[in-house]
Amino acid sequence: MATVELRFSAQPEHVRTARLVAAAVARRAGVDEAVLDEVRLAVGEACSRAVGLHRGNGVATPIRVVLTDEEKTFSIEVGDEVPGAGAAGGVPGARAGAPAEAADEADGEDEMGLAVIRGLVDDVEVTAGDDGGTIRMTWPTALAETDADVLS
Amino acid sequence: MDLSLSTRTVPGAGGDRTVVEVGGEIDVYTAPKLREQLVELVNDGSYHLVVDMEGVDFLDSTGLGVLVGGLKRVRAHEGSLRLVCNQERILKIFRITGLTKVFPIHTSVDEAVNAVD
Repeated sequence: MATVELRFSAQPEHVRTARLVAAAVARRAGVDEAVLDEVRLAVGEACSRAVGLHRGNGVATPIRVVLTDEEKTFSIEVGDEVPGAGAAGGVPGARAGAPAEAADEADGEDEMGLAVIRGLVDDVEVTAGDDGGTIRMTWPTALAETDADVLS
Repeated sequence: MDLSLSTRTVPGAGGDRTVVEVGGEIDVYTAPKLREQLVELVNDGSYHLVVDMEGVDFLDSTGLGVLVGGLKRVRAHEGSLRLVCNQERILKIFRITGLTKVFPIHTSVDEAVNAVD
């Protein structure tokens, strides 16, 4: 079961709330203080991307953020409900409703957002399906790092 | 925290420079305000911009996109866009995305204002 689950309507102003909640839960889960900035940025990028996808495709459902504190890891899953959006390139014509120029700009930001996520997070998984895409990011918690120290 | 913006003109070694002081968080919600400000400056004929990011607490790819857009606009007028930033957490985002090669990043407004190509 998720530690904390958050749903918000696809509005840019709520992305900050998602960042704050994710950072608070990550801190509590024992994610290193030095990594919290990365968590904040990565979840913001994933949420901004999802908001852009929902708005660009006229999807009225909320964005889903699932924060899970497992024994040695902390993971964040950000899910959108735009079919095929998570895959590189997505579904042909998925953005057909948007003006060409706006779509180009949004695509560019998608790519940059994903580039930032991939640069920041070592363990990231991007999946796409018929019912939407998911970005799953995982960080070790302080507990896991302590164990690693003992083993080394 | 919301975004704060203020602009001033500063004489530099290569002529007048417009310094845009940015504070707060630049994200998907606030970035459009920064975009408007940069577009307005270029439309008003300010082609040499210095964006002072010392007061920025948070920057994401939407903000980077706006800065790249600003750079594109000033370059169309043979202008320049220089950044002032000493914060490691912000600089890291420029490094990850390879944008340190695209933007001249200075350690002080004074240095940026007086820089010439």
